[in-house]
Amino acid sequence: MNAPASFEGGGTSREKLVVIGNGMAGCRAVEEILARDGDRFDITIFGAEPRVNYNRIMLSPVLAGEKTFDEIVINTAEWYDENGITLVSGDAVAQIDRDMQHVVTQSGRTENYDRLLIATGSDPFVIPVPGHNLPGVVTFRDLDDVDKMLAAAEKGGNAVVIGGGLLGLEAAHGLSLRGMHVTVLHLMPTLMERQLDEAAGYLLKTELERRGQVILTSADTAEILEKHGHVSGVKLKDGTEIAADIVVMAVGIRPNAALGKMAGLEVGRGIVVNDDMVTSDPAIMAVGECVEHRGQCYGLVAPLWDMCRSLADALVAEPSPYEGSVTSTKLKVSGIDLFSAGDFSGGDDCEDIVMRDAARGVYKRVIVKDGRLIGAVLYGDTADGNWYFDLLKKGEDVSDIREALIFGQAYASGGALADPNAAVAALSDDAEICGCNGVSKGQVVSCINNGAHNLDAVRSTCKASASCGSCTGLVESLLAITLGEEAVASGPQTMCKCTSFTHDDVRRLILEKELKLIPEVMQELHWTTPEGCASCRPALNYYLLCAWPGEYEDDEKSRFVNERLHANIQKDGTYSVVPRMWGGLTSPKELRAIADVVEKFNAPMVKVTGGQRLDIFGIKKEDLPAVWADLNTAGMVSGHAYGKSLRTVKTCVGSEWCRFGTQDSTGLGVKIEKMTWGSYMPHKFKIAVSGCPRNCAEATIKDFGVVCVDSGYELHVGGNGGIHVRATDLLCKVETEEQAMEYCAAFIQLYREDARYLERTAPWVERKGLDWIKSQLFDDPHAILQLADRFRLSQKYWQVDPWANRVAGAHSDLHSHLAEVRPLSLENA
Amino acid sequence: MMSDPVGTWLDIGVTTQIAPGTARTLPVQGGAEIAVFHTIRGEFYALVNSCPHKQGPLSQGIIHGDTVTCPLHNWRISLKRGEALGDDEGCTPTIPLKVDAGRIYLQRDAVLNSRAA
Ligand code: SRM
Ligand SMILES: Cc1cc2nc3c(=O)[nH]c(=O)nc-3n(C[C@H](O)[C@H](O)[C@H](O)COP(=O)(O)OP(=O)(O)OC[C@H]3O[C@@H](n4cnc5c(N)ncnc54)[C@H](O)[C@@H]3O)c2cc1C
Ligand code: SF4
Ligand code: FES
Repeated sequence: MNAPASFEGGGTSREKLVVIGNGMAGCRAVEEILARDGDRFDITIFGAEPRVNYNRIMLSPVLAGEKTFDEIVINTAEWYDENGITLVSGDAVAQIDRDMQHVVTQSGRTENYDRLLIATGSDPFVIPVPGHNLPGVVTFRDLDDVDKMLAAAEKGGNAVVIGGGLLGLEAAHGLSLRGMHVTVLHLMPTLMERQLDEAAGYLLKTELERRGQVILTSADTAEILEKHGHVSGVKLKDGTEIAADIVVMAVGIRPNAALGKMAGLEVGRGIVVNDDMVTSDPAIMAVGECVEHRGQCYGLVAPLWDMCRSLADALVAEPSPYEGSVTSTKLKVSGIDLFSAGDFSGGDDCEDIVMRDAARGVYKRVIVKDGRLIGAVLYGDTADGNWYFDLLKKGEDVSDIREALIFGQAYASGGALADPNAAVAALSDDAEICGCNGVSKGQVVSCINNGAHNLDAVRSTCKASASCGSCTGLVESLLAITLGEEAVASGPQTMCKCTSFTHDDVRRLILEKELKLIPEVMQELHWTTPEGCASCRPALNYYLLCAWPGEYEDDEKSRFVNERLHANIQKDGTYSVVPRMWGGLTSPKELRAIADVVEKFNAPMVKVTGGQRLDIFGIKKEDLPAVWADLNTAGMVSGHAYGKSLRTVKTCVGSEWCRFGTQDSTGLGVKIEKMTWGSYMPHKFKIAVSGCPRNCAEATIKDFGVVCVDSGYELHVGGNGGIHVRATDLLCKVETEEQAMEYCAAFIQLYREDARYLERTAPWVERKGLDWIKSQLFDDPHAILQLADRFRLSQKYWQVDPWANRVAGAHSDLHSHLAEVRPLSLENA
Repeated sequence: MMSDPVGTWLDIGVTTQIAPGTARTLPVQGGAEIAVFHTIRGEFYALVNSCPHKQGPLSQGIIHGDTVTCPLHNWRISLKRGEALGDDEGCTPTIPLKVDAGRIYLQRDAVLNSRAA
């Protein structure tokens, strides 16, 4: 392919345009230039890849076997010929000489230019872990990479894809379709976290797992393993090893700005260009992924098209400055519909509109700020993606269609139907409202007319919206239509503003639907916020750990700071530390250890608490693990003075010393504390054992109190010495210590399984009634044993000293500073 | 303080050292401690680690959306603007932050001149 002879002879009248990069942006720019002025330039394109220009984004379908390479070629050899373009392929440009105005290729070829266009794209980023150079470790950027993956897939076996972003998931999908066992390792807890929020990321993960891929999130690669000179597996920082015959690194891209940098052009993350795509050298332009424009680098094609248009306009026509792009993302994995665009970090100045349809596997979220759409995440139903994207780019005021926005274009532009109430009013009487319970509109309306004037009443009478809750909005509309907006009695007390369900509904549905993760609960129960709030997250975390002992993995970020740091935060931001003193007993060794800690860490105060133990104040979060280590060494464990959990078991001296003591109250208290410590509860839980009815341990204002008498043990429940003092109710009397302990375990478990989060036993007993509690415990002769067994099962997993864990190094990030800034040393930095 | 011609941004390390949904702290000698937040969604923000109410350590609060709930008395503080939300009034200084190639940078002057709310 040679440049055609120039028209006016001598080759001086046509300017010489040299393009570095025969990729998507480089060729598109040339097309745009030719479309405006076909004669202006004598064009040479250099491409490092030994082939014509093709549609890089379609490499994924090629890998998946849905397309062939020929089908994804954009410009064939004829196109170059017809347009008189010289293509030098398979020979990368090695150097730009700006003084001489020429480029030199790897093979030594030199080409002069009047104008130079750099379109070198980006380089896949390779994490520099040991083994990253091994044969069998590939990236996913060009056709050669695809060929390597296809060759590996031919032999079958295991593939590990590092990176759960767009590229990684498309690679995983392709390899999985080609018959490999695929494991995806993703550093973050959510797949495609740049494009998806937690909820959509969760749905995507579940779907990929259903298809047989193994998805490991929060997986940090430590090393790539080798056998016989070839990759054999991947080792994670937590020690896990995964076998691999091929490892695909898809952890991100970096603008390929090396040539520009070498040539002394202004380079930030990418080659810096102005709005006409001109670099710091007026003769040199750049487009595509290699550029940085107004501080932004892009990794998708849509912005490139805009850049190429502005470039051509400025070069050969009227300038039309490029102003940056808003991008949207779709995942090219067949059968998975996913769309995201704009800013969806959400927040207080934004309004989140969320719709979840668990039955159809749909999650939609749009983010509105100042009346304008600024972001959208769609999973499962992306039909309206383009419409949202359009609204987003135009930045039009959407206040008028705010109510209907989430239902999509057809609904929102439906004139009268834009009012959801009007749309519901228009439904026929036999239209189904609640799919789960088969309730029609007519049935709901007659139920309302018969006196069910709020959501709760409708749910309990005709069952509409009582199961999955997705029709809650419809039922609310029907209430409003039937009774008038004002007449709608305020509904039942919902858990928080994120949901229309009550605590009791949520607890019931977690069990019924076997929900085992916070995002799963939010999806299935139609949470109206993307990730809940500071009030529902801790509650859900508790409900799940109570429902699925041993299975549920605690979500630390959903816990209040005291439970996250296993100490009580104080007004000055320091912490207090309370080690357990079983039943209020202590020893010289423990007292010495506490005294030593107080001195060693300069604790400003140590105090005897109202719970019969010692509280050390003023400890910094950085020092907590060291303090605990010292206390652990003396045999002490966490006192959970900070937790919605068992606090103390207060005792009196009892029969061993006291002249009135009837039983060994101290001994029983210690045994009960050893049985119950470590258990998380809906709220804090306090126990006491008094040796006689004089009740020196104040057992009758505790959540569970034992008062020893000559003939046995009186068990008391539901007491509280706090804001509203409440004396206990007598539950029953038992004869032996063993019985007292068994009943205690059963009562605790009943409270754990039934009460609402942050409801102490006193209000709980009053709400449910003592009769209900008694019937739960005593009607069925096996109930006590079954409840106590469930408590013991839970304790198997939860009775571990959280301090010992931290001392061993767990979550050290929560305790240490990132770094320390010292201005002086900075001056020299 | 002498002004430094380069380095208007202070590199405080890689993004992975702050797990999503948590925050970590950065003491500044002669200035106020800074809290660097990583939201569940993956955004990073930095604020002076001090609640406008009674100087509670915001780094220790529960993070949801781009809001943190202060651990001391549950004020909700915007991570973007440092402002108290809802009926509460007050503002914590924000520290301009940027993430580049997997590393977190804080604006140097804002860090050095940080003052508690
Ligand atoms: C340290 C201690 C006071 C003392 O110096 O003696 C204490 C300190 C606190 N109590 Fe208490 N309570 C302490 C015994 C009590 C008692 C007495 C008892 O347990 O025998 C009561 C009344 C009995 C009861 O709970 O029924 C008590 C009723 C409360 C209440 C009100 C609870 C209620 O249901 O009304 C709160 C507020 C709450 O939990 O929401 C509370 C909350 C608190 C908090 C956690 C306030 C807070 O959220 O920061 C205090 C933490 C201080 C710290 O950092 O250690 N504290 N608190 C006692 C620790 C006992 C222990 O060893 O674990
Ligand atoms: C598998 C895959 C799937 C994708 N899917 C999508 C998608 O669905 N949607 C989307 O919007 N985007 C997608 N992308 C991203 C999209 O392909 C890129 O944004 C686009 O290709 C960037 O165009 P570019 O011209 O800047 O870079 P490229 O297309 O990479 O072109 C740069 C070219 O320059 C060549 N080159 C580099 N250095 C030199 C040198 N010194 N001398 C000569 N030649 C050189 C390279 O070999 C390359 O051919 C995908 C990318 C991949 C790899
Ligand atoms: S009574 Fe309890 S909560 Fe109140 S100041 Fe004393 S320790 Fe704190
Ligand atoms: S100090 Fe933050 S809410 Fe009071």
